[in-house]
Amino acid sequence: MPDYAIETQDLGRVYKIRGNKKESQVRKELIALEKVNLTVERGELFGLLGPNGAGKTTLIKILTTLLAPTSGWARVAAHDVIKTPHLVRPRINMVSGGESSGYGLLTVRENLWMFSQFYGMSSKESNERIIDLLKIVGLEDRIHTKSSDLSTGLRQKMNIVRGFLTDPEVLFLDEPTLGLDVGASRDVRKLIRGWLDANKKRTLLLTTHYMVEAEELCDRVAIINKGRVLACDSPANLKRNLQRDSIFEIETSPLNGFSNQILTNLPEVKKAALTEMDGRAKLELILKEEAAIASVINIITQKNIKILRLSKREPTLEDVFMELVGQRMEDVEKEESPNDNK
Amino acid sequence: MTTNDALAFSASEKVIGWRLFLKTIVARAYPRIIGQQREKSWVFFEIFLPMLAVAAYVYVYRAIGAPEEYVGFVVVGGAMTAFWMNVLWSMSSQLYWEKEQGNLALYIMAPNSMMAILLGMAVGGLLATALRAVAIILLGSLMFHVQYSVASFSQLLFVFFLAMTALYGMGMMTASLFLLLGREAWHLSNLAQEPIYLVSGFYFPIKSFNFWVAAAASFIPLTLGLDAMRQLIFPSGASLGFLNVTVEIAVLITLCIVFLVGAKFLLDYMERLAIREGRITENRR
Repeated sequence: MPDYAIETQDLGRVYKIRGNKKESQVRKELIALEKVNLTVERGELFGLLGPNGAGKTTLIKILTTLLAPTSGWARVAAHDVIKTPHLVRPRINMVSGGESSGYGLLTVRENLWMFSQFYGMSSKESNERIIDLLKIVGLEDRIHTKSSDLSTGLRQKMNIVRGFLTDPEVLFLDEPTLGLDVGASRDVRKLIRGWLDANKKRTLLLTTHYMVEAEELCDRVAIINKGRVLACDSPANLKRNLQRDSIFEIETSPLNGFSNQILTNLPEVKKAALTEMDGRAKLELILKEEAAIASVINIITQKNIKILRLSKREPTLEDVFMELVGQRMEDVEKEESPNDNK
Repeated sequence: MTTNDALAFSASEKVIGWRLFLKTIVARAYPRIIGQQREKSWVFFEIFLPMLAVAAYVYVYRAIGAPEEYVGFVVVGGAMTAFWMNVLWSMSSQLYWEKEQGNLALYIMAPNSMMAILLGMAVGGLLATALRAVAIILLGSLMFHVQYSVASFSQLLFVFFLAMTALYGMGMMTASLFLLLGREAWHLSNLAQEPIYLVSGFYFPIKSFNFWVAAAASFIPLTLGLDAMRQLIFPSGASLGFLNVTVEIAVLITLCIVFLVGAKFLLDYMERLAIREGRITENRR
C-alpha cells in the first residue's frame, strides 16, 4: 500500500442547520463536501484552491480530527482520522489565517512555549526553536512582547511559528497569509518553502484563495468549489490544458448596460468575465481561436464602447478556475455572500 | 546559520503518556499564575472589594453583640469567596471563552489530554487564588484581631485539600456543561454568584439554616469545606458546625469522586459532540 501523507476516499460532510424557532423543526442540509478523493504524497506542498465557502476549511477540519465526515474516510500520516485520531494528532499541526489563539497576557515566547508543551516537547528544545523560527519570520525583536500588544500581522506570524514549532509530519495551513501585508506574506511563503526543502519527509497542505500564492508555492493544486474537487494537478499542467485557447484582457470605457452574455453567445467564446471599476470595465475572455477576437471587438465598438487596452496573456490559475466553474473566483464569492458588498 | 539549516531541526524528543499529561498541566497553569503578576488590578477587585463586604458583616455582628468567633467566620468566609469567584469565572466559563478565542480547537487537535488542560486551569487558578485568599485572611485577621486555635493542622490541610479538589472538580465538570449551553454561560455564572454566597454560608454558619436547606447547599463543596475548617480553627466552631467534621470529610471525598468522574464523562461527551456536529469548536462560522 502506498504511504501517502494524506489520502481521502469519497469523503463527504453534510451539515444539518437548524431553522429559527418560528420555522418548522425540519433541519436543512448543507453539503459542505461531496465525494472528495485526494492523495497527497509525502514531501509534497499541496494546495486547495477555492472561493470562500468552497469546503476547504471543512476538509482541513476533517483531516485534523476536529470534525467527523458524514461519508467516506480519510487517512493522515497513514492513520485513520476517525478510528485512530490519537495516532494522527501527534503527527500534525494546523494554523488558520486570522486566528487569535493564545493568551494576550503572555509574551510571544511564552505563548509558543505553552503550545509546544501540549505536544510533549522539552522546554530547552522548544525555546531554541522559538528563537530560530522567530528570526526567520522577522519577529525576534518581539519575543518578549505580550501578544496582546502585537498587530494583526505580527500575531499571525506568531501563530504560523506555532504550527512549525512542533515539526509535524503533516502541517495544515488554512489561509495563512489572510490579512497580511505584502512583506509579511513574503516572509511566510519563505518559511513554508524553506521548511519543506529542509526535510523531504515533511508535507504541507495549504488552503488559499490567492491564485498567485498557490501558483508560486504548490507542487500540486486541487481546485474546489461547492464541496467538489473539480481538478487536481500541478499548476503547470492545469494551465497547459488551457494553452490551446487564447486568453485576452480588454479594458474599456463604461459598458452602459452591455452584458457579457452577448459575447458568450458567440461560438468561439468559451468564457467571458466582466468587472466594472472606477468608470472603466475589464473583460477577460477565453477564446477557442485567436481570430475570434475580431468579432468580439466588432461587437464592443458597435455598442459605442471605447477600447482602452487590449492584451493577450498566458493562462493563470484564475483562468483555470474560470474555465472549470464558469465564473471568476471573486464573482463566486460575491454570489455566496451578497451582503458583504452592501 | 542559513534558513534551511535553522529549519532542519534535529529529531524531537517528545514525551507521551503521564509525562505529557504533567507537562500539559504545568503549561496550562502557567498563564493563570503569570497573568496574576502582570495584571495588578486583582489587588483592588479581589482583595479590597471583598474586604469591604467582610468589614460590613464584622460591624453588623459587633453592633448586635454576636459571639466574637463570628468575626473569624466572616474573615475565613471572605477569603474563600475568592475560590468560588475563580471557579465560576475562570473554570466554568473558561472552555466557552477558549472556544471564542480559537484555543479550544487547538487543544482538541493536540495529542494532550483535555482533562490535563482542565486540570492545568484548575491548578493555576487554585495557586493564583490562594495568594488572594491568604491576603484577605492576613488583612482581615490584623484589622479585626481574629484569634485562631487550630485543633489539628493536618486535618485542616486535608479538609482544605478536599474542599478545593471537589470545588475545582465541579468547575471542571461545569466547564463542559457551560460550553454546551453556549452564550448562556455568562448568565449562568451571574446567576450562580450571589445565591451561592448566601446558601454556602460564606458570612455565617450554615447551621442557621433549616437542615434540608443546609444539606442541599452541601452540594457546593465550599459549604461543607468552610464549615469543617471553621470547626477546626475556632474554639467554639464545633458547637456552630452543621455536621461532625468526620462526616463532612466523608461527604467531601464523595463530592471529589462525583465531580472528577463527571468532569471526565462530560469532557468526553463534549469532544464527541464537537467532532460529530462540528459546531463546538467553530468560533467564526
